[in-house]
Amino acid sequence: MSDERLFTFRNRWFTVSVLGTIAVAVVSALIGFVWLPSVQRDAQFAGIWNAICSAAGVPREWYASGAAVEPKEKLTSVEMTPQLLDKVSANSIGRGATLALRCTMCHGERGMSEANSPNLAGQYASVIYKQLIDFQKGARSNAVMSPMAMNLSDQDMRDLAAYYANLPRPPAQRKVSSALAPPIVAHGAPMRNIAPCAVCHGGIDTKAGSPWLDGLPAAYTKSQLLAFANGTRTNDIDGVMRNVARNMTPEEIDAAAMYYARELNSGANAK
Amino acid sequence: MFNSKRLVLAHFWLAFIAFGVALLLGAWQMLVRSPLHPWLQNPELYYRSVTEHGTVMGYAFPTLIAMGFGYAVSELALKRPLVGLRFAWLGFWLVAIGAVTATVPVAMGLASVLYTFYPPMIGNVFYYVGVVFVVVGSWVWVALMSVNLASWKRENRGKPIPLAMFATVAGAYLWGWTAVGAAIEVLFMILPVAIGWKTTIDAGLARVFFSWTLHAIVYFWLMPAYIAYYTIIPRAIGGRLYSDAMARISFILFLVVSMPIGIHHLFADPQVGSGFKFMHSVFTTLVAVPTLLTVFTICASVEIAARLRGGRGPLGWIKALPWDNPMMLALAFSFVMLGFGGAGGLINMSYQLDSTVHNTQWVTGHFHLIFGGAIVIMYFVIAYDLWPHLTGRALQSVKLMRWQLWLWFIGMIVLTFPWHFVGILGMPRRMAFYDYNDPALAAQALSVVISVVGGLILVVSAVLFFIVLIRGHRAPLVQPEAFRFSRAVHEPRTLPVALNSFALWLVLMIGLTLVNYGYPIAQLLARSDTAVPAVPIGAQR
Repeated sequence: MSDERLFTFRNRWFTVSVLGTIAVAVVSALIGFVWLPSVQRDAQFAGIWNAICSAAGVPREWYASGAAVEPKEKLTSVEMTPQLLDKVSANSIGRGATLALRCTMCHGERGMSEANSPNLAGQYASVIYKQLIDFQKGARSNAVMSPMAMNLSDQDMRDLAAYYANLPRPPAQRKVSSALAPPIVAHGAPMRNIAPCAVCHGGIDTKAGSPWLDGLPAAYTKSQLLAFANGTRTNDIDGVMRNVARNMTPEEIDAAAMYYARELNSGANAK
Repeated sequence: MFNSKRLVLAHFWLAFIAFGVALLLGAWQMLVRSPLHPWLQNPELYYRSVTEHGTVMGYAFPTLIAMGFGYAVSELALKRPLVGLRFAWLGFWLVAIGAVTATVPVAMGLASVLYTFYPPMIGNVFYYVGVVFVVVGSWVWVALMSVNLASWKRENRGKPIPLAMFATVAGAYLWGWTAVGAAIEVLFMILPVAIGWKTTIDAGLARVFFSWTLHAIVYFWLMPAYIAYYTIIPRAIGGRLYSDAMARISFILFLVVSMPIGIHHLFADPQVGSGFKFMHSVFTTLVAVPTLLTVFTICASVEIAARLRGGRGPLGWIKALPWDNPMMLALAFSFVMLGFGGAGGLINMSYQLDSTVHNTQWVTGHFHLIFGGAIVIMYFVIAYDLWPHLTGRALQSVKLMRWQLWLWFIGMIVLTFPWHFVGILGMPRRMAFYDYNDPALAAQALSVVISVVGGLILVVSAVLFFIVLIRGHRAPLVQPEAFRFSRAVHEPRTLPVALNSFALWLVLMIGLTLVNYGYPIAQLLARSDTAVPAVPIGAQR
């Protein structure tokens, strides 16, 4: 038996197994690539060769005939990645400090607002950079900020972002896991498709493009949530915040805004 | 005769300790996402736990069992000392160090990427380095199994390879080849990003490479259980193996057709064409064949045992079986779970039916029933059977063993049946909390609570398992009789070369892989527009 040759068609085991395997492969390929696409035709079906390419996964132009539909609102044009602006130079921060002199009126001397406009100290650089571009390109509009951003160069915006990101963030007074966090912040509302605020905006995890919210004035947070909900603010990527805010109740909007403003602890401001 | 007892014991103990820890995490996960527990304030803890549970149960535990059992089989079946004992220890330490290296970042919350680590999620680099160490350690074992068989063959030209060794080497080759997919993914796609050399990754291609590993790894987990069915159970219950040739054909079929089927995990993925999904579905169906052959052969072997014990009648022989023997119990439990789990699997693998259960709790229920149930209960059998030979002391707690096996069986059924049910109701998997107060989910609450009870029963069973083993180490020394594998009704004196070698089957395995994976991989490799930004996990400030 040791001189029995295996790799020859005279060996029955070889013949049966090799031909059997090939037969199964060929028959299943014919069914999967030719027969099924021909009997279950979709709108793009255009002959057998086309069906084979489609079943193989060759990408096809789905809207070959018509132009893409333009959205009614102006949307953001920034490609946000987790790595955007994660390395900045000291020069950039220095230039940003000079440029930021014109921002102090609303955003405070050291990036801490006293005027219900957002704090910028310690905010992610990529977040500030994105919002400036959106103001400049019109994806987000504000009577004060839109003209301010109009004449900034790309480098100006990077420098400003780097400067504010470099400022010390006010120390966190509590963690999200403390019992004070309202349910919308810690758990979201799974059945209404709302993720917890804290999984993107810090506390549990952070996601690229989501601002750090801790310490933000309640009036500002609330006005932005309402703007997302009623569709007057549309520069959120893929409509993430519009979908969240639309599904939030007015009570949840208030609770989230108050929580991030840290007004829960300081009794006097809570009401 | 048995020279590498310490080596085998080290593998088994490390495997079972890791298993015990991961089992507790699993039970905790069942509890915290059930209505019995308030919602976690920090859901990240849940994902941390799921990652550790999956990494240990999926990679470390079964790999160590397969390696330890493989070394034991090599010595006991070939009746010669293990060649390359030093390398075997090297492999063991690689797996042990890898498991610890992967665990640390997971425990720190830096790698909550779940055990499938699908990009673009990118965790801490040490998690992947740890996984690579585990795989490299197991490849040492693959090489040693091959070397030991080759050296035996040189001295035993033309003789039939003992079935246990034939099956072990088939499992080793299957693992060697199937691990290549994830190895390519980790080494060439994920590590460059995790180290920081790159910031983008082709998530679709990475998933295709992972699917290459992800399904056949299941058959690698399953191999020790099947080897126990064929070569331990018939002897342990006083019978004979019905057919040696049928056993070899089953293992060969596993080797050939369990590899090119992983895309059935990607039925909902857009980057793979429907034609390839269909082909993978067809080959997945074929994997049912060796399982059905096995069920037939083992039932026939069991019937032989029953008739030797005086069983009569078309079904009356079942009563004559040694039901007080833990091995008999475990086999019956394993087959029942394999039957239900396999039936559920046929639904998962169907390109059409999958869409109703894709990514629901059904899937988690399915693989816990098959792996945690049918396979792990056979790992217990292997341990019970080998322990006296490893320690030189008898396992005397037979009653406790029966309790342990019963509880594992009941616990697994109570755990997984409601799990399947809520999956059909549409409950998604991999979520830290569910709003059971919502009318749409309220009906699922009871099923989830029943599942939790199942999980707790499993913990009790595992405690009994450890008690049995530890008592075994403290029992008086005995001289166990020489270890025997089952004998077949017709012992093979000569075999066709096809059933006594691997070359043809390896060629078919690799060929089918190229046919079923070649184009999807080549197409994604060739395109320049498939990269997406990596999403670092655990990078919060």
